[in-house]
Amino acid sequence: MVSFSINSENVSFDGDPGTPLLWVIRDHLKLRGTKFGCGIGQCGACTVHVDGAAQRSCLVPVASIDGRSVTTIEGLAPSENALHPVQRAWLEHDVPQCGYCQAGQIMAAVDFLKRHPKPSDADIDNGITNICRCGTYVRIRKAIHRAAELTAGEKS
Amino acid sequence: MSAAPGKFHVTRRQVLIAGVGAAGSLVVGLPALADEEDGERMLGFFIEINPDGSVVIGCKDPEIGQGLRTAVPMLVAEELDVPWDKVRIEQMPLGIVKTADGYAWKYGGGQGVGGSTGLLYNWELMRQVGADARRQLIRAAARRLGVDESQCDTRRGAVVCPSQNTEIPYSELVVEAAALPAPEEPAPRKAMDDYRIIGTRRQTIDAHDIVTGKAMYGIDTVQPDMRYAVIARAPVLNARVKSFDDTKARAIDGVLDVFSIDGPEPGEPYVILASGVAVVATSTWAAMQGRAALDIEWEQSPSASDSSERFWRENEEMLKGDGQVVLDDGDYDAAMAAASKTITRQYRVPFVSHAPLEPQNCYAYVKADECHIIAPTQMPSGASRAAHAVTGIPRENIRIDMTRVGGGFGRRLTNDYVAEAAMISKRTGWPIKLQWTREDDMKNDFYRPGGLHEMHAGIDADGSITAWAQRLASGSKYYRRPDMPDENLYQAELYVDDFPRRIVDNVRMEYFHNRIGLPRGSWRAPAHTANAFVIQSFIDEIAHETGQDPLRLRLDLLGEPRELEYSGHGGPTFNPGRLARLLRFVAERIGYGNRLPKGRGIGLATHFTFGGYAAHAMEVSVADGKLTIERIVAAIDCGYAVHPNGVDAQLQGGTIDGLSTALGLEITVKDGRVQQSNFDDYPLARIAMVPSLFETHILNFDDVPTGVGEIGIPSAAPALTNAIFAATGQRIRSLPVLKQLA
Repeated sequence: MVSFSINSENVSFDGDPGTPLLWVIRDHLKLRGTKFGCGIGQCGACTVHVDGAAQRSCLVPVASIDGRSVTTIEGLAPSENALHPVQRAWLEHDVPQCGYCQAGQIMAAVDFLKRHPKPSDADIDNGITNICRCGTYVRIRKAIHRAAELTAGEKS
Repeated sequence: MSAAPGKFHVTRRQVLIAGVGAAGSLVVGLPALADEEDGERMLGFFIEINPDGSVVIGCKDPEIGQGLRTAVPMLVAEELDVPWDKVRIEQMPLGIVKTADGYAWKYGGGQGVGGSTGLLYNWELMRQVGADARRQLIRAAARRLGVDESQCDTRRGAVVCPSQNTEIPYSELVVEAAALPAPEEPAPRKAMDDYRIIGTRRQTIDAHDIVTGKAMYGIDTVQPDMRYAVIARAPVLNARVKSFDDTKARAIDGVLDVFSIDGPEPGEPYVILASGVAVVATSTWAAMQGRAALDIEWEQSPSASDSSERFWRENEEMLKGDGQVVLDDGDYDAAMAAASKTITRQYRVPFVSHAPLEPQNCYAYVKADECHIIAPTQMPSGASRAAHAVTGIPRENIRIDMTRVGGGFGRRLTNDYVAEAAMISKRTGWPIKLQWTREDDMKNDFYRPGGLHEMHAGIDADGSITAWAQRLASGSKYYRRPDMPDENLYQAELYVDDFPRRIVDNVRMEYFHNRIGLPRGSWRAPAHTANAFVIQSFIDEIAHETGQDPLRLRLDLLGEPRELEYSGHGGPTFNPGRLARLLRFVAERIGYGNRLPKGRGIGLATHFTFGGYAAHAMEVSVADGKLTIERIVAAIDCGYAVHPNGVDAQLQGGTIDGLSTALGLEITVKDGRVQQSNFDDYPLARIAMVPSLFETHILNFDDVPTGVGEIGIPSAAPALTNAIFAATGQRIRSLPVLKQLA
């Protein structure tokens, strides 16, 4: 039995402890904002936060999550009416096309901005490696810069 | 959340009886076709006005990231005259009705998206739907007020009657409006100058749902008692299951059933690509684990010795002989003989995979005499036919619900995964969701055909092109179509009316069909991606070989605006002057002609695709074999841009897709096996490839929109390779690019 918290709710899973966290989140917890794209940690569509750090959940065996805290896209916004600055920046720049990768992109960007609160373009090139098949990269870049501004504005 | 039948999944009669009476809603559409079921005039069901004033608009076509779910309500809201922030959109299911000689569309037009037609096919219909609904509301108000309808107008969701000093919200008029007889004549539509929604910048209507994880795709389908299925697929193309041992698979916790499913004879028309072994389980992971534990023996495949190496060698050999002449304008041989200079070049365009980020999946529940499908598909009618083919259930008893789609790119024009899901549900009697893995998708695609192009040009003493030939050896994507004669196979690969036909007098096109077991299909902008690369590279080479400026030569050829006959998709005409306008624009914006430091260069390209026009200018630098795309200027002329945010997105995304593919992607085969399997060996571009200096420009031309989904991709790759040449003198004639620069 593996127990952990997800979006501040305590849950447990008694299936195969080798099951990737991704499939526990999707099939068992029915939180479907976290997407399956490649299964080998390449595309980042399945990015979630484990104890606040971005992880590609398709590669994380659920057993390793025991006692830890997971946040998915559904738990990112502080409330229904108040989005996270990264989500707000994503809306301002109208980033999504098909939208399938965007939850992963946003979760990756949130973690990235913690480590690079004022990122340069080169920081983004090196630190953001999620795949967007539609090619929304131009707007993702702008939205990350904008989210950095929004976050700085909230702190000052 | 499930794709349960929405408000629009009802017959007109049900709406009139239940919908209006109970919910106070109005449903209006265009008289489109006779409804055989009800024996009355059929209306499409597109608009619902709720008591709170919110307006729900039905979208009959699927959203694959092309922005249709935002563009369609813009058309309706404009003519209906409602505030944009009151508008919501709902996906409609497939609507077909059985007729005496087959099936007809229920909702006033075909359903499905491909060939950049989604917006075009909704443009007339959905504006008219909005205009007709608005007039019905005006009539209802006029009747209530006892005035002539000419005394009424509308303002943002209400009918206003100045002579009575009265304003009535639409929501209070819906019941009366719905009771009025259906309009006999189409209502007049707005003048373009009066638009306040169409042509303006609107945020993607689903953006909030997407950034909060609420947007649901096919893969997110959950239905009562649903089981999860995967299929073990042959490692060798077209191999069939000989036997299998499922002892270990059935021992996996959660595995419920294991069985083989039948596929087509290799090379025959298909509903699914090949046979395999299905594993059904209580979760996706259990099904995958069960599959991994299978021990399968495969029959020897006729494709077992297929290889890319052989395919490309054969193409070279073929081009040494005579092919099928599919176009022969003027007197090509005489013009070549008379030319003062001739130029010949070969270009190689590889097989590539669609790789939409949402792997194929489908929910199916097959009962004795009915079937429910929920699928991410571009072609719901094809899904209906596929489910019918494997279940025998009449199509009118097959319900097809469409989800939001995690990328199309042409892959989901083919509904093989729908047929597979239906086969598994039929066999088990369970509601199941079939899930493909990334490896399934990469190794079992309908790939863009690879081809070797040989180009010839004859040039006169003035540097004018007097003769032009394109000779192509490729594996036609039409290879497995039923009733497709060999002499028509070229039609999928050579678009005979493309530039420079009717501009150069003597033009010949010749086709050679080569065979390979790799399945082929429609990959975004199909043959335009190959042909634009070849033609726009060759024009560049001709310019350099003859000492002409590549921009000047292109502009001279394209000339002034004029309509040339174009029989292919996107016709009936092609206006080369519209390409010239875009090309001049991007060249000026990027500073074409300015002196650049060593190792830097600017490349240009332009192409007409499915009715739309695009041009690219790119500046690159190459240092020590490392390529950097420094700057991109892209421009599109899609007639009239209805949804500019969406147009920008498609132009950016198309450009990036073109570059990503040209730079690093190729599917290869060895011993009948696809050698790529996932994004580690099929490296789609990431953000680092894309420069921050990336401009898109929309140059409207007239008052009729074209689609935009495929327009932005074809000229991207040749602009890049022309820029590499300008920077380094190295001419890239074979894709992908990167392995040649290293």
